Amino acid sequence: MHSTTVLLIEVGALLFALGMLGRIGRRFGLSPIPLYLLAGLAFGQGGVVPLSASEEFIEVGAEIGVILLLVMLGLEYSASELVGNLRSAAPAGVLDALFNALPGAGFAFLLGWGWEAALVLAGITWVSSSGVIAKVLADLGRLGNRETPVILSVLVIEDLAMAFYLPLVTAVLAGVGLVGGLKALAVAVLTVVAVLVVAIRYGHAISSFISVKDPEALLLSVLGLTLFVAGVAAELKVSAAVGAFLVGIALSGPVAHHATQILSPLRDLFAAVFFVFFGLSTIPAAMPPVLLPALGLALLTMLTKVLTGVFAARRVGVALPGQVRAGLALMPRGEFSIVIAGLAVASGVEPELAPLATAYVLITVVSGPMLARMSDYAWFKTMIRKRTAVRRPVEPVPAAE
Amino acid sequence: MRVRVEQTPLPGIGVRHDLITASGRTVGVVSHRNGRRDLVLYDVDDPDACLASIPLTDDEAEALADVLGASLMLGQLAGLRQQAAGLLTEQIALPAGSPFVGRRLGDTRTRTRTGASIVAVLRDREVIASPGPSFGFEANDVVVAVGTREGLDGVTAILAGDTGD
Repeated sequence: MHSTTVLLIEVGALLFALGMLGRIGRRFGLSPIPLYLLAGLAFGQGGVVPLSASEEFIEVGAEIGVILLLVMLGLEYSASELVGNLRSAAPAGVLDALFNALPGAGFAFLLGWGWEAALVLAGITWVSSSGVIAKVLADLGRLGNRETPVILSVLVIEDLAMAFYLPLVTAVLAGVGLVGGLKALAVAVLTVVAVLVVAIRYGHAISSFISVKDPEALLLSVLGLTLFVAGVAAELKVSAAVGAFLVGIALSGPVAHHATQILSPLRDLFAAVFFVFFGLSTIPAAMPPVLLPALGLALLTMLTKVLTGVFAARRVGVALPGQVRAGLALMPRGEFSIVIAGLAVASGVEPELAPLATAYVLITVVSGPMLARMSDYAWFKTMIRKRTAVRRPVEPVPAAE
Repeated sequence: MRVRVEQTPLPGIGVRHDLITASGRTVGVVSHRNGRRDLVLYDVDDPDACLASIPLTDDEAEALADVLGASLMLGQLAGLRQQAAGLLTEQIALPAGSPFVGRRLGDTRTRTRTGASIVAVLRDREVIASPGPSFGFEANDVVVAVGTREGLDGVTAILAGDTGD
C-alpha cells in the first residue's frame, strides 16, 4: 500500500508543477513542450528530485501519450484531405524532406554515428511541430493569410510521411537491418494505402458504427479502438504510433469532431507525461557537451526550413513577405522529433542522441515561435519593402522605351 | 456581375472563402471545423497577409449575414429590372389604413387581378422571400412586387384599398 501512496504524491506533485509551468509559459507566449522537457530533466535520474515509485507509471503514461498525440493528429485530417494535399503539394513535400532530413543525417555522420542513428536524426530535423505551428498561426491571427494553406500542406505531408518513416525506423532500430526495414516499410505502405482507400470509400460506414449520442460510450469506444489497433500495430512491428494515426484518419464526420473534443483533455494530460518521461530518460549531466552541436544543427536546419517555406510559398504565387512568413513559421520542431528520439532511446542506439534531441527541440521550439513573430514588426516589413522596391523599377524600363 | 468567391481548404483547421471587391480590397471568412468563424481583412500593401482577423460567434455571423444578405437580395431584384425590358420591380409599403393588415396575401388576389406578382415582403429589416397565399400581412410591411407599370399601379391601389375591395 505504501508504494501506492508515494505514487499518488509524486504524480500529483508532478502534474501540479506542470500545470504551474504551463501557466507561466503561456504568459510569455511559450509552448509548454520545452517546459515539460525541462521539468523531466529536473526530476528523476541525476536530477534535483528523484522519482522512485512513479517511474513505471510515467513510462506507461508516456506510451499512451504518443498514441493519443497521433490519433488526435489523424482525427484532424480526413482521408480525402490527405490525398488531395498529396497531389497539390508533393513537390514542396519532397523538397522539405531533402532540405531538412539530409542535414540531420549528414550531421550524424559528422559526429561519427552509425547509419541507424543517422536515420533517426534525419527524422528529428525533418519534421516540424504541427501542434506548435498551428497554435502560433492562430495566435498571430494568420489563419486567413494566403501562405497559411502552404504551411499547412507541408505539415500534412510531413505527418503523412511519418506513417511510412516510423515503421521503417522501428524495424531498423529493432536490429533487423536495412532489408527488414524495407519490408516493414512495404507493409506500412500497403496498410496506409488500404486504410486511406477504405476511409474514403466507406468512412461513413465505419463512423456510423460508433454512436456520438453518448459521450461516455464514445470516449470508451474510440479510446479502446485506438489502443487496441496501436497494440496490434506494435505487435506486427509497424509502430504503435502509426496504428493510432490510421485510426484517427479512418474516423470522419461527427464522430471525428466529437472524439476530438472528448479526447483533447486526455491528450493534454498524457502528452505532458510523455514529454516529462523523455526528459526523465535524459541525464542532465549529458546535456552540456552536446549543447554546441545542437545549436549548430538547430541553426542549420532552421535555415533550411526557411528555404523550404520560401520555395513552397513561391510555388503558389505568394509575394516575398508571405514567403518569409511561411519559412519562419515552419521552424519549430516538437512532438514528432521527441517521438522519433524516444524510439531511439528505447532501443539504446546512441547514448548521445537523447540529450542532443532534447537540446535541439528546446532550441527550435523556443526560438521558432519568437522568430515567426519577427515578420510582423515594422522594421522587418520596411526592410522587405525596400528589397522589393529596389527590384520593381527594373521591370517597367523596357516597357517605357 | 457575378462575384467570384474562392474556396481554399485549410487542412486540420477548416476552409477559407475570399473574394476581391470591385474597390480592390480582399475580404474573406475562415470557417473553423468547430464552427468558429473569423472575418478577415487583407492588407493593401501585402495582399497575402490579413490586417485584421475578427472572430464571430454563431449569432454575430448570422446577424451580419442577414444585414449583408438583405441588401444583396434587393440588389438582385434591381438587376432583374434591367434585364427584362418592360418588367419592373417596386417596393410598395402597406399603408397604415390598408384593409389587408391582419389578412392573408391570398385575399388580395393581386396576381389574378393585375398580373403582377408579390415576390418578397420586407418586415423589420428581414426579407421574407416568396410568401405563399396564406402569408399574413402586418402593419409596416413593405411588399416587393414584379410586374408591368399598370400591374404595379394596380397592386398599389389594391393594397391601399382604393379599388373598393
